[in-house]
Amino acid sequence: MINDAVDLLVIFVLAAFLGFEVISKVPSILHTPLMSGSNAIHGIILVGAMFIASQAQGALQTALAFVAVFLATLNIVGGVVVTDRMLDMFKSRQQAKAVRPEDGVKSDTKR
Amino acid sequence: MTAAIHLSANLLTVIYLLSAVCFILALKALSSPRTARYGNLVGVAGMVVAVLVTFLVQAPGHDWLIGSAMGLGALVAVPAARRVPMTAMPQMVAIFNGVGGAAAAVISVAEYLHDLPLGVPATKGVPVVFALVVGCVSFAGSTLAFAKLQELMTGRPVMYPGQQVVNAIVGLSILALGILVVVTPHLLVITLLGVAALALGAGIVLPVGGADTPVLISLLNSFTGLAVAADGFVLDNVILVIAGTLVGASGALLTKMMSDAMGRSLPKILLGGFGTAPEGTAALTAGEERTVRSGDATDIATLLAYSRKVMIVPGYGLAVAQAQHVAVELARALEARGVEVAYAIHPVAGRMPGHMNVLLAEADAPYEELEEMEQANDEFPSTDVALVVGANDVVNPAARDDPGSPIYGMPILNVDSAANVVFLKRSMRPGFSGVDNALLYDSKTTLLFGDAKESLTKLLAAVKSS
Repeated sequence: MINDAVDLLVIFVLAAFLGFEVISKVPSILHTPLMSGSNAIHGIILVGAMFIASQAQGALQTALAFVAVFLATLNIVGGVVVTDRMLDMFKSRQQAKAVRPEDGVKSDTKR
Repeated sequence: MTAAIHLSANLLTVIYLLSAVCFILALKALSSPRTARYGNLVGVAGMVVAVLVTFLVQAPGHDWLIGSAMGLGALVAVPAARRVPMTAMPQMVAIFNGVGGAAAAVISVAEYLHDLPLGVPATKGVPVVFALVVGCVSFAGSTLAFAKLQELMTGRPVMYPGQQVVNAIVGLSILALGILVVVTPHLLVITLLGVAALALGAGIVLPVGGADTPVLISLLNSFTGLAVAADGFVLDNVILVIAGTLVGASGALLTKMMSDAMGRSLPKILLGGFGTAPEGTAALTAGEERTVRSGDATDIATLLAYSRKVMIVPGYGLAVAQAQHVAVELARALEARGVEVAYAIHPVAGRMPGHMNVLLAEADAPYEELEEMEQANDEFPSTDVALVVGANDVVNPAARDDPGSPIYGMPILNVDSAANVVFLKRSMRPGFSGVDNALLYDSKTTLLFGDAKESLTKLLAAVKSS
């Protein structure tokens, strides 16, 4: 790759400030979904696990690589599904509020 | 796939940059109710792009390894995440966060072993140590947090004499082992380092009480982000650095927001023991004789049945007793008698923000009867009875009136402005904060002791027969 450690350090510092700025004011009802959503995002460690797997030599490294890819997949897939379910409830709540004025329209109970 | 697709390093970096932008947009969208769902989708798009392009550039001969491990992971994760009841969501987040931390730790070890025959330079050794230690702390901590919330172990703070000393010794040995790993690379040393880091993770989580666990999970989530970023340095991979750092930083801020919303400070949560003993600071009017009035179910049912307006205030006790269905039934029985009923939802009542909304929605409480804090506080002055079911801290006037109280400043539901207050409580034990509640001794307050579900069932029967 093109990066050396100093370039990555620059990126790291800027990303840290960005991380603070990007979520400024979160209503408390969204705290748990946001935690879950960012939990899914660090599941991107799967990319690192794939790199490890691609260069694995010998039984120990292969086993470690398999475990890493497996665990990272749990993180990324589980994180996304859990977040989606949380937000799904949120949607049905919002929709129920939205459709209330013109009664007769039922919110879809999708699952 | 017979041959790896060859992409230039520059092009790969540009594609990673694209998915990094997706993650930034996702976090931004997730912090507003209107755009939250769209946020999750954008995040998924970023992940699919990064994972797909990485899969395509991998050397041939290893796709079976990657493919089978991913397949197995998806096979386990999807049903687990789908089947778990909504009430168990916090522990699911904990465990998925923990495995992410474990993956980050394993990756750093694998890369270290890969480079070991040629020697590991310090520029690589330092991030390896960081990723391993933080990843292991996150894994052990998240697993214990899962066990606490899942009630596989006690949810109470676990403390023993000299705990901080033991943690400090473990911390120092991690420092020493970490230096050794960088200076004299060896498989045994890095293994010991991993074990010590697991012990530290457990040591950090043990003294934290069950009620504070969501804040703790948020902190560990931030830790996993940092471990992922460290792996980015280990593997010279830009997307891991960006995504990991974003989660690390935003997670730290979110942790602060969560602890603020609960009226707690992070150091206090980590030192733990909160809730084991009432704190001296709020020992209001010490020595003064105070009596509580406890009523029986029939009296309270009569009070409820002949009210014009009743506000039900659910809390942790309702969640523990799984009393949401009975609570909704009671509301229906009262409504059948012409009583106006609504639920006042404190944003952090229960074990996670939004917990009460989830429970009551599950029990089919009408959405329009679920009132958020501001709305509910406007209505308490015109309410005849505030029925507090297993809540304490979120209705404690000390948070509003007593600057010396540990929970001072936490927004509360002003149930004390209702004409009558009924508490359904298991005992006189204070809430998680360990702070006494003066409202319990107020002359307009009646207490009904017992499990929330049993008390509500009794009230329901009494209302129906009155």
